[in-house]
Amino acid sequence: RDFNERCAQCSEVNWGLTDGGRFYCRSCHNVTERTREVVNTDFITNSRVQTISKGSRQQEKNDGGCEWYICEGFQLVLKKQAEALEALGVCPQMKDEILCNFWRCYLQKSKQAYCKRPAGETVKALSVCESSTDVDSDPERPSLLHLLSLSESEGDLQTDCSFASSVSKVSESTSVYSGSVDGSLYLMKNQKEKLRMTMPMTLSFCYMALLWLREPITLSELLRFVVEGHIPYLNVFQHFPEKMKLCGLDLRIFCVESWPVYEEVFNKMHELAAFLDLPRFPDITDSCFLHPDMLCMKYLMEANLPDELHNWTCRVVKKIGIGEVDFLTLMPGNKSTRKVKYDVLAAAVIVVVLKLLFLLDDHYEWLLSEFAEERNKNNTEGGPYFEFKKWYEVVKQSLDAEQKKLDEERAKYLWRCEKPLFYSVKNKSKVLKRRQMVVNLQNQFGKLSGSVRRAEKPNPSSFQLSWSEENTDGSCFHGHSLKGVLQEKCGLLTAMNPDYWLCTVKLCNEKLCGHLAHYREVEFPQSYHFVLGLFSFLLRIQPSYIHDEVCMIEHKLFNKKLYKKLKYNTVLRK
Amino acid sequence: SSHEYKLNFRKSKEACLSYIQDALLQKQWKRAAEFLTCYVESLEKDYSREHIGPSEMIWRIGTEILWHHSQSSMKEFNCFMEQMKTLGVKRYLKVCLEHVFHLLCNGQIDEAYQNLSLAESWRFGEQTAIQDKEMKLIEAYRGLLDYYSWSKQKNILLEHSEDGFSDLAVEQEMHSYFRKAAVNLKEIIKIPGVWDVFVKCYVDLLEFYGDHNEARQVLNEYAYNSKFPANPNAHVYLYEFLKRQGESKKSLISALKILHDIVPSHELMIDFNTMLQKSKKRKKRRLGLEVIFAALDYAGWKENAKAWSCLARQVKQIVISEKHLDWIKQEWNSRKDWWPAFHFSRYLAKRNWQENKSLSYEKALVAGILLGKDCKYFKYVSHQGCKAQLKRFRMLKKFVNRHNPVYLRISG
Repeated sequence: RDFNERCAQCSEVNWGLTDGGRFYCRSCHNVTERTREVVNTDFITNSRVQTISKGSRQQEKNDGGCEWYICEGFQLVLKKQAEALEALGVCPQMKDEILCNFWRCYLQKSKQAYCKRPAGETVKALSVCESSTDVDSDPERPSLLHLLSLSESEGDLQTDCSFASSVSKVSESTSVYSGSVDGSLYLMKNQKEKLRMTMPMTLSFCYMALLWLREPITLSELLRFVVEGHIPYLNVFQHFPEKMKLCGLDLRIFCVESWPVYEEVFNKMHELAAFLDLPRFPDITDSCFLHPDMLCMKYLMEANLPDELHNWTCRVVKKIGIGEVDFLTLMPGNKSTRKVKYDVLAAAVIVVVLKLLFLLDDHYEWLLSEFAEERNKNNTEGGPYFEFKKWYEVVKQSLDAEQKKLDEERAKYLWRCEKPLFYSVKNKSKVLKRRQMVVNLQNQFGKLSGSVRRAEKPNPSSFQLSWSEENTDGSCFHGHSLKGVLQEKCGLLTAMNPDYWLCTVKLCNEKLCGHLAHYREVEFPQSYHFVLGLFSFLLRIQPSYIHDEVCMIEHKLFNKKLYKKLKYNTVLRK
Repeated sequence: SSHEYKLNFRKSKEACLSYIQDALLQKQWKRAAEFLTCYVESLEKDYSREHIGPSEMIWRIGTEILWHHSQSSMKEFNCFMEQMKTLGVKRYLKVCLEHVFHLLCNGQIDEAYQNLSLAESWRFGEQTAIQDKEMKLIEAYRGLLDYYSWSKQKNILLEHSEDGFSDLAVEQEMHSYFRKAAVNLKEIIKIPGVWDVFVKCYVDLLEFYGDHNEARQVLNEYAYNSKFPANPNAHVYLYEFLKRQGESKKSLISALKILHDIVPSHELMIDFNTMLQKSKKRKKRRLGLEVIFAALDYAGWKENAKAWSCLARQVKQIVISEKHLDWIKQEWNSRKDWWPAFHFSRYLAKRNWQENKSLSYEKALVAGILLGKDCKYFKYVSHQGCKAQLKRFRMLKKFVNRHNPVYLRISG
């Protein structure tokens, strides 16, 4: 008890000792790395957040590595991600306060740190010898093989059966199954219980922090930045310090071989928010970037649609109440409110507006376009009327080109990095040899690729498609007028289009089948499909997700009519 | 374009492969190389469940690219092949063999020989036994190259003997190549397969050294052993050998019989028919007719005057003898529906007359007999021929007119 330093957090000198022999501050429960015997500053990656390690900690192992726990690894990952976000312009608060507090809270709630470890759960590195005997004594514990063949929902290393088989072949004497202390235990934990940390979840954490701070980054943008490499995700373990040896089961946890999916990250974030017992998030008001009015404006610009459409999106938003603070703000744990996907929602609003004004039944929009074309030919003064046909052609061309580029990029994606990964010491030399061969081949064929240099990482940009009004070729439609599709009625501007067709008459039960509707391209007009395709490219999600939101909006919008019709048991037409 | 939103390693590499495939098909070597560069990291993953793994893909694709790419050199190619040999021990000999083929295509006989020798000395536990077939092939190709060297020495020797000197050193070398070649060639042709080039070379060696018995045995085995896949060339080689040996017509005919069964359109069918027609045995003559009709069923023979003359001669002979008209009837039965349009159209009559009068003569004879004097072909050609005052056409006309009743009997 001769530790007299001031606590880094509360500046008190009031130390206690944890079970593991660590000092902790009795006033603020800040825990240090310092033990009685040895002062260990190795893993103070963020001076504000420190972890607890259980068990005695050896300073160095034979191979220059040392003991480390999985959550420390994730902490590093989060730190790197936060730094990257800061570099992108996110306020430093996110990294220094919000994210690390969320993380600390998570560690505490999931009983990985900041708490007494529940009795009976001991952490130890799992070796083959142990597992082979343990299997007999503890039938409930899944065997190592079973563990390795578990297919993660993230699809990590699913196809890697050599790992499974090489492990099974390993003899009794090998014992390195994970570089981390608790790698094997981590994977064996019951997934349902404590919201086990995974790589995609790191993005959920980031998104949660961004949402809390109401930063102008949507989830689809965040994921896009991840894929483009601006935010560490793939191969982030490269940045682990040398001493943190990564091998064996750690690979299952930290090496991803698939890109995170919007739905997954989104749903996990909500689970997390509930799990952490977070209060109501800061209000999303109409001056926030995430408010549908703002996002609609952005997407309208990006989709090269007339600015005038913004009035309409605002009207729809207002009419169905999706601009309300209570609707938009996240209330964790509240199961009755629908979770808001801000980006998808805004895109869907635009789609609905387009349907309102242009019908998008593969006939009417072209008809309107013809009228506009006629008018534009004969009357050049007063600005052009918006022609759907021209817009379609211009946007389709750009979209196709971008999609083609994207497809090629995806095919050319390099997943591996310089840092070699091995499951066990036994296959280390094989892995290194392979790596060398790969590098040689890459050099050899890289030279033969000609002048085509692999494009450098593009600068992170919020807009993927941009249209300039300065172009004289008329390919920018922002300033075009909607006069051709509007008419005045009783002093109000309404659409000339009198009809509307619902995407679906009856919504599915989302809880049962996961979707509000089931989108099949062949069942819908081509124009509709095109518009969905445009936004699905911009947001990098399946068209069906946008379709779901469109259905939801439509049902809110035409609520009265629907209710009335269904009440009288007639089929709603168009 | 694929709208795959759940992109993972495997899908990404699958897409990469399909881009490579497109590029290869369009001979865009640079682009193929570009995508292959991205594909190679697949080596670091295990695909043991797949039918063809990445190492094999990379070997095959890389070979294609390096072989065709303008900036690739033989040196780079060889270096790549050496790397591929280390990639998969299960494929080692196959890679060696293909490497040798490429070297041979490039004219690097010596390097090819060295590689073959090296491969022959390879041993790798149980793999050696598993890759036994490839090993045999390697030995066989080395034998082939030995034959090639033997052949060179033989030519030098012949030159020298013409000039009057005998060269003992060359002769000895020649014999030593013979021994080396013979051993390996003999081995491979024991295994059922298609070994045309090996068989030919081996037989050549045997004939040179006078071992005709062995040669005959080898060729018989190759042609008649049912374990070997049906191979028209086997019969051709046997036939040619027998001819060289001056064998009887009987054995020559029997050698060609199976060839007719397998490849009725083979060019040797003319020889076959000629031999058969002259035979004293009725069955053989009958077969001859069948053979020549069958050959002319094929489009490649349509303008072959020699074939038509064979048929014409035989048909004429039958008609004159008035015996065995039923043979013609039998053969014509299955052909009368389509041969007229196929061979005897008015268009063809004109064309044949313009391009090849002999051809039109023979065909006209056949047409006149089979279709009667009023058929388009005969009428046109004989008319033209008589107009041109060519004697044989006048004779032809007379002949056909005289034997017109035959047509009626045939067509009935």
